[in-house]
Amino acid sequence: METVLEARHINKYFISPKKVKVLSDISFIINKGEFVTVIGKSGCGKSTLLYILSTMDTDHEGSLLIDGEPMDEKKERELAHIRNERIGFIFQFHYLLNEFTVLQNVMLPGLKLGKYSEAEVKQRAMEKLAMLGIEHLADKRANKISGGEKQRVAIARALINNPAIIMGDEPTGNLDKKNRQVVFDIFTKLARDYNQTLLIVTHDESMAEISNRIIEMEDGKIIS
Amino acid sequence: MNYKLILSIARSLLLARWKQTLIAAIGVTFSITMFIALLGFMSGLNGLLDGLILNRTAHVRLFNEIKPSRLQPVMLDTAYKDNYHFIHSVKAVNSRQDIYNSASVLETIKNDNRVLGVTPKLLTQVFYNDGTVDITGVVNGIDPVMESKLFHFGDYIVSGDINGLNKITNSIILGKPLAEKLMLDIGDNVQVITINGDRFSLKIVGFYQSGLQDYDKTQGFASLATTQKLLGKPNNYYTELLVKLNDLTTAPAVAKEYAAKFSTQAEDIQTANAQYETGSFIRTLISYAVGITLLIVAGFGIYNILNMMIYEKMDSIAILKATGFAGRDVKAIFLFISLSIGFAGGLLGLLFGFGTSLIIDQVPFVTQSLPTVTTYPVDYNPVFYIIAAAFSLLTTFFAGLFPARKAAKVDPVIIIRGK
Repeated sequence: METVLEARHINKYFISPKKVKVLSDISFIINKGEFVTVIGKSGCGKSTLLYILSTMDTDHEGSLLIDGEPMDEKKERELAHIRNERIGFIFQFHYLLNEFTVLQNVMLPGLKLGKYSEAEVKQRAMEKLAMLGIEHLADKRANKISGGEKQRVAIARALINNPAIIMGDEPTGNLDKKNRQVVFDIFTKLARDYNQTLLIVTHDESMAEISNRIIEMEDGKIIS
Repeated sequence: MNYKLILSIARSLLLARWKQTLIAAIGVTFSITMFIALLGFMSGLNGLLDGLILNRTAHVRLFNEIKPSRLQPVMLDTAYKDNYHFIHSVKAVNSRQDIYNSASVLETIKNDNRVLGVTPKLLTQVFYNDGTVDITGVVNGIDPVMESKLFHFGDYIVSGDINGLNKITNSIILGKPLAEKLMLDIGDNVQVITINGDRFSLKIVGFYQSGLQDYDKTQGFASLATTQKLLGKPNNYYTELLVKLNDLTTAPAVAKEYAAKFSTQAEDIQTANAQYETGSFIRTLISYAVGITLLIVAGFGIYNILNMMIYEKMDSIAILKATGFAGRDVKAIFLFISLSIGFAGGLLGLLFGFGTSLIIDQVPFVTQSLPTVTTYPVDYNPVFYIIAAAFSLLTTFFAGLFPARKAAKVDPVIIIRGK
């Protein structure tokens, strides 16, 4: 099995207002094609862990390896490049750029990577949109579409560079039942048909049920 | 770095807040416009005021001053060499006011390649006679053609013709206030009494007005030949040689050299007119200070607007960073925004500044003391435009730099978690 992401003894403290240990000795491995959900109560540190794993939060102890490569000594610029190339991110609150169209939003990380020409990136973006059934929205402004559609656009954007892993922070947390089901179906399809590695933080029980593996956290520790 | 992408993001952010952008750009446009108009106008006025004196002043003036010899006979006697000499009532003797060997001196100066031109002059005191009244004044013996070429003499002739001086024998151009005092018009004759008591009748062929009333009240201009005739002197008798140089700044050195070479006094323009240079310098300094202040104020406007934009766009910055844009990419985006405001605003400002200059140039400005000027003077010196363009980019760069650095340091985790 190919290891995509490995956490080794991660500790994290919040300094202010007083020093609190929020993550304690977190170690685990995610292999290629796995659909992993992290569950736990609010405040158990699961989101904090996700931001460390996403390389955005570098203020921690222990080490993080992505595709076997340690992230500890990397500079901000290199980490940005790794996020761009290997990590697709989906947030609770869609986070699209309202100044751009749907298609441009999806294309942005692809253009940033600069591996393909603009025409190719555009074609790939259209493919992703088509895969998620929203290609008809391509030329709409990002703030002119519904919440469920926004989340699907965000998933398309996360997929644009064919990342090693997709990370989601409560991706269904802000959606109604119908749209939640749509997102579930997409994740299931990604994991099953495209062998996409997924790491999703959620406290949605039904999301956990469709995943291959559940990591449960409590008080900054992994309990199962 | 992918500049095309950065640029397109910057443009989208700009257009999304086009009203704020417009206000920021108008600030820059306004300040550049004012900067150009102010400096052009100020510098035009400076040129005019300096021109009043500097244009018609020789860069180096050679003349013989009447003064006692520095070397007294007692100093030559070796017996008294170590003694202190008390000499009372030293007088100048055998003094001549004309330049020695003037023809060959003129020739030598003409062939000096630092020299633009040289013209002899002959100055003499006279009385202008009107019935029973004598008015003291001077007659300047000049070469009207050279004098016009080198010292803009023709610009100050308000009526009549300078060529009349050469064409008509015994002719004179009078200062306008002087002619008014004598109640004489062009074509009339004026009686001139020389210091030797000789009386001449000269025909008036024109009026001269420099703008300095007191000066004009005493001036008359005649050809060199006419003036030499007034004095009863030969045709190589000149009291002054006026030299115009190619480079004004070399005047002190040239003056020193000529004084030694031709054994005359030589005065350079810097010594003669130091106060004018100081005046122009201070006026220019003030205009630059005002112009640059305007630009800095515009810079603060841009700083504010960008700061606000960054607070509004925190989410966008966070998402850009989360999806793989590094801090320096975000910084470049905001610097591009700032610089494009500076560039567009600055460019418009240059055009408007030029337009304002053209308008000022058309405003009538008629004053008794400046006969050659009919509209406000404006200087279209390209240096002002270059400085303005450079400064608009520089201020907007710095106005953008601090907000951009702040944007670069935005921690996406804080923004995303804060929701």
